[in-house]
Amino acid sequence: MGPSGCGKSTLLHLLGGLDRPSAGEVSLNGRRTDNISEKALARMRRTEVSYVFQSFHLMEELTAVENVELAALLAGRSPRVARRRAEELLDQLGLSGRARFLPSALSGGQRQRVAVARALSNEPLVVLADEPTGNLDSAATLDVLQLFKDLHESGQTLVIVTHDARIAATADRKFSMRDGAFVDEARLTGGTTGQLGALVGLED
Amino acid sequence: MGRIVLVIRLALRDLRRRRTEAALLLIAVLASTTTLTLGLVLRDAASDPYQSTRAATKGPDVVAGVSQADDLAELGKLAIASGVTEHSGPYPVIAAKLEASGRTSDVQVEGRDAADAAVDQPEVTQGSWVGDGGVVLEAAFADSLDVGVGDSVALDGRSFKVVGVAVTAAMPPYPGASCIVSAGCINGAIPDDRNLPAGLLYKPGLAWLTQADVLSLAMDRSALSYVMNLKLADPDEAQAFVDRNGGHYGGAMPMQTWESILADATDLARDSQILLLIGAWLLGLLAVASLSVLVGGRIADQTRRIGLLKAVGGTPGLVAAVLLAEYLLVAVVAAAAGLTIGALTAPLLTESSAGLVGGAGTASLTWSTIGLVTAVALGVAVVATAVPAVRAARSSTVSALADAARPPRRTGWLISLSARLPVPLLLALRVAARRPRRVVLGVVSIAVTVSGIYVLLVLNAFLGEQPGTGAYTEDQVAVLRRVLLVWTVILLSLAAVNAIVITWATALDNRYASALARALGATPQEVTVALATAQVLPAFLGAVLGVFPGGFLLFAAINTITGGDGDKATLPAPWQLVALVLATVLVVAALTSVPAHLGGRRPVTATL
Repeated sequence: MGPSGCGKSTLLHLLGGLDRPSAGEVSLNGRRTDNISEKALARMRRTEVSYVFQSFHLMEELTAVENVELAALLAGRSPRVARRRAEELLDQLGLSGRARFLPSALSGGQRQRVAVARALSNEPLVVLADEPTGNLDSAATLDVLQLFKDLHESGQTLVIVTHDARIAATADRKFSMRDGAFVDEARLTGGTTGQLGALVGLED
Repeated sequence: MGRIVLVIRLALRDLRRRRTEAALLLIAVLASTTTLTLGLVLRDAASDPYQSTRAATKGPDVVAGVSQADDLAELGKLAIASGVTEHSGPYPVIAAKLEASGRTSDVQVEGRDAADAAVDQPEVTQGSWVGDGGVVLEAAFADSLDVGVGDSVALDGRSFKVVGVAVTAAMPPYPGASCIVSAGCINGAIPDDRNLPAGLLYKPGLAWLTQADVLSLAMDRSALSYVMNLKLADPDEAQAFVDRNGGHYGGAMPMQTWESILADATDLARDSQILLLIGAWLLGLLAVASLSVLVGGRIADQTRRIGLLKAVGGTPGLVAAVLLAEYLLVAVVAAAAGLTIGALTAPLLTESSAGLVGGAGTASLTWSTIGLVTAVALGVAVVATAVPAVRAARSSTVSALADAARPPRRTGWLISLSARLPVPLLLALRVAARRPRRVVLGVVSIAVTVSGIYVLLVLNAFLGEQPGTGAYTEDQVAVLRRVLLVWTVILLSLAAVNAIVITWATALDNRYASALARALGATPQEVTVALATAQVLPAFLGAVLGVFPGGFLLFAAINTITGGDGDKATLPAPWQLVALVLATVLVVAALTSVPAHLGGRRPVTATL
């Protein structure tokens, strides 16, 4: 976590290979990723990392299920397998009734759930979430955090970038950044378990 | 008044800010205005100069001739026939060989009086009229020989000084001159397996000497023919007069009416003009396609500016006026430039009119040409701009300020179909599905271009056969080939501009979708191939439609307008059509590869 402009999003972009470092090294799962080709980085994004963005970044002309299956189709899955997986994910995230809706017909929380489902469709090693609740109201924020908690408990690794201390408090490990560098690291024993809503101050 | 100044100032500033796009807009409109100007100038060249020449030279209504001195009495009777008001001649005419600047040409030499004639007094455009020892050459003939006043020429080996160059309405200009000598003439090409009959003149020019000089050139009187020019009380009755007096072609006293001379004199210019006018309308369609894409792209880029204008009190009307004004300014500049270029280059395509007053060197622009070209330029701009301008003017100020992009279209069946295809095709079909109107413009643009090329192939094959058939002389074929070249160059240039502009607009419009696809795992190559394929697929469809029915219908339309015999034309062979479609697809792929490559490699993080 850290204030705006401290380099949080840049770090996330470097981890996912959307950007290349001007100095230093980036490794993922024990493998250098800063010196591999664009094609190899694209392959890495298909299977090893995926993104959840603050402003959802859903394709406006695609329905919820079409948005979710897109990542699997790009990874070369068959249309039938991709569709089945997308429908399962939407079902797990409580959106089975909204699968055929366009993003414009969904609430902010629902859109972010669709984005999370898309991020999970290729079963990545790690999900990189950039201010995933930044555009959501309190109720939707709680909704998404609950979703992340469930994912974490099921064994999914999440890297969440935020400047909101309440959100950061839900993590297992917290890195603080300032002016492009880490300034602090903490292990939070409470993590995402316990009274989540009360912890983040979203409910009494 | 203040509002008009504001509108113009904003329009000029925006044009200056986006110079490349402004230049592309200008090229698109300029192509159609130039071609239209050429077509209209040639239309005027096809009629006006002949009429001016007829007026300036006291042009005859009927030209009659006899091939021997014994028939002079017949001409004498004709001079006093009913309906004739004035006449000049009979003048002696002799066939001769003219040598000038190392070239030899057949020529018909007419013996004239030094004094002005009552009918058909050729208008001297350079130098003076005939005198003993001095020859006057018909202007188009002199032009073709590159001979001018002061030069020396030899007629049947005797040297004469060129004292003047003149035009006449009594026969079509070189190389279409009518035959007034008894030996007979041929203007078309000679088939390879035939020899020219002895004594027959090949593509003769026209020259004037004094009667005494013509008589001195004649070995004996039997070599002379005689020609007489008649003025009728009613020029419109010329054909009836010819029929009544037995002046049919091949008779003892052949006659030619002024209407048939007009048709022969302007035949080539009229054919060129029809080709250019049809080309101009095709280019107009292409210009609308380019403009629609350019304007759509520009207005998408101007969303925030539109929001700001409205936020500070600009009404939707003012916003629409600012957007329209930009394109109308470009259209006015394109019209002016097109008129200038068209008028300056038209003489290259009107060589035959060098033999007519007002047709030599300077093509005249009429007010109707200026008005029509300007109206077409403005019309193209308004048709292409009106919809996006009004849509932008009516957009929400808040979303415009937020620079919200126009939402893409959803084409469900195409999205479902694309899911079954490899990644580049999946992305390509979805790129196309987002903006179906742009795809239609791409298809239309290529279809119009390929239709034009189809017709060019037919006309080129037709002109290639001309030396054997003789409908056009070699010089006329050269002029028509030049017209086709102008067509081809402008058509292909504009089509290339269109392909690049449409790809670039697509790449810009898909910045976000491309970046997102790459964030989800698509490689830059896949995105590049998708952007290029999104252009190549419509190009393929456009090329097929351009061959059939496009090219076929366009050729049929040209045939109908020109009254040509389509059965005589050689239609392109199937292999040529397949090659045309493949070449179109390859050229579009090559043209779109650079913008697609740039679009596929934009930094993802900057966009997302």
